[in-house]
Amino acid sequence: MCKPETMSEIVFKGRTGLHRVLICTGTGCVANGALDVYALFREQIRLQGIELVADFAELDNIARDSRALFISRSGCQGFCQMGPLVSVEPEGILYNKVQAADVKEIVEKTLLGGEVIERLLYVDPVTGQACRSQKDINFYKRQHRLVLAQCGDIDPESLAEYRAIGGYSAAEKAWVQMTPEQICQDILAAGLRGRGGGGFPTGRKWEMCRIQPGARKYIICNGDEGDPGAFMDRSVMEGNPHSVIEGMLIAARAIGADEGYVYVRAEYPLAVKRLRKACADALQAGILGDNVFNSGVRMRIQVMEGAGAFVCGEETALLASIEGERGMPRSKPPFPAQSGLWGRPTVINNVETLATVPLILRMGLERFRALGTNGSPGTKTFALTGHVANTGLIEVPFGVTLREIVMEIGGGITDKKGRIDPGGFKAVQIGGPSGGCLVKEHLDLKMDFDSLRSIGAMVGSGGLVCMNQSTCMVAVARYFMQFTQKESCGKCVLCREGTRQMLFLLDDIVEGRATPETLALLEELAGVVQKGSLCGLGKTAPNPVLSTLKYFPEEYLAHVRDKRCPAGECRQLARPEILAGQCKGCTLCGRKCPVKAITGEPRQVHVIDPGLCIRCGVCAQVCKFNAVTGFQG
Amino acid sequence: MPTVMFRKFEKVCAILKKYNNDPGRLITILQEVQEEYRYLPEEVMAFVATSLGLSPAKVFGVASFYAHFALVPKGKYVIRLCDGTACHVKGSDGILQALYRKLGLDEKVPTTPDMLFTVETVACLGACGLAPVMVINEQVYGQMSPEKAVELVEDIRVREGSGNV
Repeated sequence: MCKPETMSEIVFKGRTGLHRVLICTGTGCVANGALDVYALFREQIRLQGIELVADFAELDNIARDSRALFISRSGCQGFCQMGPLVSVEPEGILYNKVQAADVKEIVEKTLLGGEVIERLLYVDPVTGQACRSQKDINFYKRQHRLVLAQCGDIDPESLAEYRAIGGYSAAEKAWVQMTPEQICQDILAAGLRGRGGGGFPTGRKWEMCRIQPGARKYIICNGDEGDPGAFMDRSVMEGNPHSVIEGMLIAARAIGADEGYVYVRAEYPLAVKRLRKACADALQAGILGDNVFNSGVRMRIQVMEGAGAFVCGEETALLASIEGERGMPRSKPPFPAQSGLWGRPTVINNVETLATVPLILRMGLERFRALGTNGSPGTKTFALTGHVANTGLIEVPFGVTLREIVMEIGGGITDKKGRIDPGGFKAVQIGGPSGGCLVKEHLDLKMDFDSLRSIGAMVGSGGLVCMNQSTCMVAVARYFMQFTQKESCGKCVLCREGTRQMLFLLDDIVEGRATPETLALLEELAGVVQKGSLCGLGKTAPNPVLSTLKYFPEEYLAHVRDKRCPAGECRQLARPEILAGQCKGCTLCGRKCPVKAITGEPRQVHVIDPGLCIRCGVCAQVCKFNAVTGFQG
Repeated sequence: MPTVMFRKFEKVCAILKKYNNDPGRLITILQEVQEEYRYLPEEVMAFVATSLGLSPAKVFGVASFYAHFALVPKGKYVIRLCDGTACHVKGSDGILQALYRKLGLDEKVPTTPDMLFTVETVACLGACGLAPVMVINEQVYGQMSPEKAVELVEDIRVREGSGNV
């Protein structure tokens, strides 16, 4: 089968005079005002008397040579920081940071006048060149978008658009032409591994469940993306909900399930809304329901909203939560594939894994295997965030190096003031609270399941948080420990109490009370917590501490021995002060201080009141004369 | 008083009926109940428990386990500051401290006495590209700073007519 057509190819086939305006309505762009931009576009088009098409199904009603405009909303296009993103097709112009005030100009100059508005183009921060379209932007150029390809292209709330680009053809093939054994074998042969972190072969999981006896089985999509700093699954659920449903349908056929659940974090209301709509639309179209693809077999999917517990990302805890219990994990075996939801065989797959499944069946095993590495075929989405020039959602084949991701796609590390700093790289935190950090020596490491495992890290869910020299690694470790301590479900004593004691020790370190014994105790406790916990949360909770201890021992020592934070981040160790010789009395710091702790007359030296100061560091950030000290070690 | 109580339980009854009094749907039921009352009053939890044939302790156990269930009333404006990794490394803590200071709150007292504001932190809102991120009720605000956050709070105070900021 050939590459699925893009919406743009479908829309413009045989048509002249048509324009398409695509507005990203992912959470990021919406926060920056994308919905206002969308509404204003419709209004402006109406005012200009141009024929407006807002629904894909209506396109057939307009004449082939009509000068119409097809306006559509897409899911997350990934470049969140530059939002709202608006593309104009067929020209392929990408405008960024489009505000309500720009809409009229775009309609008049670009749509009617065929002119490019330079001001709204993305400017490469390194070369200073304006980029006309997505393919000119480094952030996109180096990516290979497979799972995310349709996310930023189709209207996530339109079943018609999803079907137009080949959607549900893989599910139909699976239900009509393939046997369950065949599907399991194909997915195993494709080498698909679970994208949720562990990397377990999906085909093997399915086969394990398929061979279980029993008339009732369940397929569950784990959309409880709890890792702070990760939002890949959110983007897929919001941007292409039908691909998740299609993946679940294929899995259901493979294992013999007749009921499915999508368990979504409550923090993702838009994903919940779009998934519910996708399920309802699929049910109405007869894709889900009592007679799936005329097979006479029934399949239903429900969307369940989580209630805010990180541990529910662990599969046995997730099952307990669906059953209405406290979300506490249990020991395995029995594995969910043998005894899962309500004691019946159950497969739990991650969102991205399920969204990849239909693509594999559509593109064929060989073409899928050609991407990525031998041990980790395919692509992986990462959430690239932190101190990096281009933050956002990316997708690359497994096996690219960390350097390519951070320096090329990410555009390099930024300093405290947001400027690109070529020597600023300190570390990348991968895998969230269960992961560890990658440092300079890992820049050329291949990003795949096995290479990362060989150095004691993990792909995890795919959060990549970049950190510059001003980040304190002890504070990072403390941050994650505070997170896992709070999220420990309390079942295992060593996780519940151990993480709390580790947090106390880390507090001692960042607040200047630690002694040399603190570090030894911390390391010993880390080992005990790893051994004495039942589920992944406790087993991996010490990872951020152990990995920062390994790569940044001198930073821990500076806190413990010299009571000094080399990065100048630990607030309790900071002694902010304004240098009389440097201060020009510009009053900026006093105006920016959120607690009015800085006083001084214009053109006079300013003073910080240590009693009022909350050590937020804003004064040091805004000072143009580098007069505020005490934050840097 | 009796009519107030009656009205209270009428809504709960409708929700319970919608889910066939199925104890397996406890979390979904509590979510809908909370949407109705904005928190889970103790007597409502006891009522839900009895209706589902569960012990009140069991329902309380579930409600207290999940962060999303509120056992005390929250303010009219719930400010949720993201403390995900990306927001954290971009200085969310400074914003939190500024908000606490501005509103006279702390971790143990998250709601203002006039019930106007509740300040909470959440692990990750998944809008890391816009870090640091803050949400007031449903509205998302990206690329925040301590001073912008304080300004937003002041704007709301002014809008609500209690100008003493």
